[in-house]
Amino acid sequence: MRLGVIMLVHTALHRAEAVIRRWTAADCPVVVHVDKATPREEVERFTAALADLGEMVSFARRHRCEWGTWGLVAATQDAAEQMLLKHRDVGHVYLASGSCLPLRPVEELKAYLAARPEADFIESATTADVPWTVGGLSDERFTLRFPFSWKRRRKLFDGYVNFQRRIGFRRRIPAGIVPHMGSQWWCLSRRTLSAILTDPLRLVHDRYFRRVWIPDESYFQTLVRLYSTNVESRSLTLSKFDFQGKPHIFYDDHLELLRRSDCFVARKIWPHADLLYETFLGPLPAKEAEPNPGKIDRVFAKAVERRTRGRPGLYMQSRFPNAGWENGVTSARYCVFEGLDELFEDFAPWLARLSGAKVHGHLFAPEGAEFEGGQAHVAGALSAAPGLRDRNPRMFLTNLIWNARGERQCFSFGPADNQAISWDIAKDPSADISVVSGAWAVSLFRSGAPFEVIRARAARLQKLEADHIAALRSPYAKAAVKVWTMAEFVEAPMEVLQHAAEAAAPQAGTGRLTEVPKMADLAGFGRFLQQLKNEGMHPHLMGDYPVDPAPLGKRRSVRKPYLVR
Amino acid sequence: MGFRQAYRLRLRRKRWRLRALRKRRELTSVVDRTGAIRRSDLLVCSTFRNENLRLPHFLDYYRQMGIGHFIMVDNGSTDGGLEYLSEQPDVSLWTTGASYKRARFGMDWLNWLLMRHGPGHWCLTVDPDELFVFPFCDTRPLRALTDWLDAGSIKSLSAMLLDMYPKGGESARPYQRGDDPLQIACWFDSGNYTIERNHKLGNLWIQGGPRARTFFPEEPYHAPALNKIPLVKWDRSCIYDNSTHALLPRGLNAVFDEWGGEKASGLLLHTKFLGTFAAKAAEEMARGQHYAASREYRAYATGGETAEPDLWCPWSETYINWRQLEILGLMSKGNWA
Repeated sequence: MRLGVIMLVHTALHRAEAVIRRWTAADCPVVVHVDKATPREEVERFTAALADLGEMVSFARRHRCEWGTWGLVAATQDAAEQMLLKHRDVGHVYLASGSCLPLRPVEELKAYLAARPEADFIESATTADVPWTVGGLSDERFTLRFPFSWKRRRKLFDGYVNFQRRIGFRRRIPAGIVPHMGSQWWCLSRRTLSAILTDPLRLVHDRYFRRVWIPDESYFQTLVRLYSTNVESRSLTLSKFDFQGKPHIFYDDHLELLRRSDCFVARKIWPHADLLYETFLGPLPAKEAEPNPGKIDRVFAKAVERRTRGRPGLYMQSRFPNAGWENGVTSARYCVFEGLDELFEDFAPWLARLSGAKVHGHLFAPEGAEFEGGQAHVAGALSAAPGLRDRNPRMFLTNLIWNARGERQCFSFGPADNQAISWDIAKDPSADISVVSGAWAVSLFRSGAPFEVIRARAARLQKLEADHIAALRSPYAKAAVKVWTMAEFVEAPMEVLQHAAEAAAPQAGTGRLTEVPKMADLAGFGRFLQQLKNEGMHPHLMGDYPVDPAPLGKRRSVRKPYLVR
Repeated sequence: MGFRQAYRLRLRRKRWRLRALRKRRELTSVVDRTGAIRRSDLLVCSTFRNENLRLPHFLDYYRQMGIGHFIMVDNGSTDGGLEYLSEQPDVSLWTTGASYKRARFGMDWLNWLLMRHGPGHWCLTVDPDELFVFPFCDTRPLRALTDWLDAGSIKSLSAMLLDMYPKGGESARPYQRGDDPLQIACWFDSGNYTIERNHKLGNLWIQGGPRARTFFPEEPYHAPALNKIPLVKWDRSCIYDNSTHALLPRGLNAVFDEWGGEKASGLLLHTKFLGTFAAKAAEEMARGQHYAASREYRAYATGGETAEPDLWCPWSETYINWRQLEILGLMSKGNWA
């Protein structure tokens, strides 16, 4: 038995001609369907060029094949009938397009089919079970009417679909038919194909499918289920589709991928891919392998994912998501420490030593970003200049995290800093925020500034921090937040440090800290807070900080001085 | 978008068209070979002034990419660039002595020529110091990209301006005519760009890079805009609104994805800083023909007191290829594979 090929062509006819010669050289008769829209001179040149092949090539009645319309099915039907009638010895019929290219010697395909004489290779799945649909139409492509072109009259198309939905219109599906769909490129056995074409009910089927949307993906795929005894639900043509249902195109640089795929035929090949045509239409090494498109699948699946999901935390010229659609506000986890650097004198170097993370100072300090090591720039040539940073603080942060991919970033934040990112970090699921509230007062306490100045400043900072903590505790907050008051901190400072260490280096485990930074001297701090209270400025963010710092003293278990009068 | 705004944008588009029609009188044809343009040709459109030094490489670079015809406007060159271009077989050349500024920085002239010769073609509008880079540009010609865009009914492609600079002052190595400028200006900033949306025209406003970092740290709002949409399937209705930063109708500016995905995009490698720059800045400042009272050039002249500003910093990246730029997140393959 021979293998017959139906080829649907519309452009790049010189490439189609070369491929036809490939098929016929391997004793495969070809029936060609040329789109009715192809200019006459081109068709004439094409037919004249193929004249020397004689009986091996014939031309089917021409139809206008617009994407998603019946024309493609009608063209296939006519060509298939012609094939079955003209070539009685054809056992399998392969449907290919003008941009298909055989990747392996045709003999191997013939042997493969000869070993499976009954098999029908056609992708065929019920709509309910696959997510292939494009444009939100799955079942509905079988139950609505589609008189308007999707390509040229999109608004009318959508409007009419919505109208039918609203009035509850449903077409009746002919009895005995269960809609299936799948890739339009198939290879059917003579028995199945002629059963479909000579069915007494063909008129009913044709009338129904004529108004189905994209019938070329469902006509044969559905009817094959009625007649075939051996459906292999996969296509022998390697053909990948992107998220909009458009086929991916192969170029010269896909040569190795295609070679290793061991597929029989691939589509669609870019007409100017000289190297691909040269290679695969030249002599090919013989191989005995099952088609294995896995690697190509991965490449294209990645491309679709990049187009639909993108890289989390990246903002650039062609990816600028609306709020809430970022798929991760920033690209990696990072830590924010609020107040800890006030309470420990060498907090940043200690944390850097312990965790190996990049520990910056106050990135949003009014004088400019305090990058690790006092640098003027960090990765990505991100500048510390306050003007540039405050131009867009949110992008300053997302840039910083993006540029340092693979290295955990930590920084300090406080009420004296630019508060513009307060909500951004609160809503960022990759932020890990540890706060000792009220700790900003420590530097005021030690500043020795006039009390009037301190009082005004304390009132302002308290207000800012209260707002910030409200953001962290709002229902919109997605960051991992831990807040201690100053009072809670002096009760158990080690707990806070332990938490900070684990946040900065989660992989290091929860071992006990072997080295701790030096804590600021808080003697008299309670008194200082009481003084603020006495002035009418109640520092509420510190919690119930004891006027007498007894807990600290106890913890250190230093002996009290012993006085003898 | 409401009806009022839609209509206002329509009027704006008409206004630029009329302006382009009016400004066509300033152009004098030097060589018109546009009759040789074939239907499938890709076109490059450009204005230039005293760029003779760069022109040979510029032509080579784009010819290799598969450009079929160059549409060039000379604005009073005195360095022989005009004569050089007029001898090239694939160049159509116009010249004008009129004000660059009053032609909206050359855009009116180019809009006219695009209206005239662009419809139906993919047109790449770039300056002579801008080298277009797109995904797979080392293995596929530009036609592969435009065919792919056509297949997806995509009409325009974004290509942000990426400022390239040499290390250690510009005159460290002099640029020779015909050389690849990227041999000298091979450094760039990879991650200090800020992006905002322009809701009126639907495009993005991108700033940052070495120029913002060095010359505009105090007034970053005045730093040059880097967003560009240079590659467009030209249609009768198209018009460039504001340099190549934005187009009308504004659907052409939707070159970015708003729902988390990435669309395909390229980059324009901007090789302005080549050692010839200091002299140029002085000249351009004197002419006062550039955007916003030549603020940019003034900033250069004062910013780099030494007259040769060094844009290099320890975190500058060396240019390797488009894949590097893609990994850094400056451009994207989108779903092209």
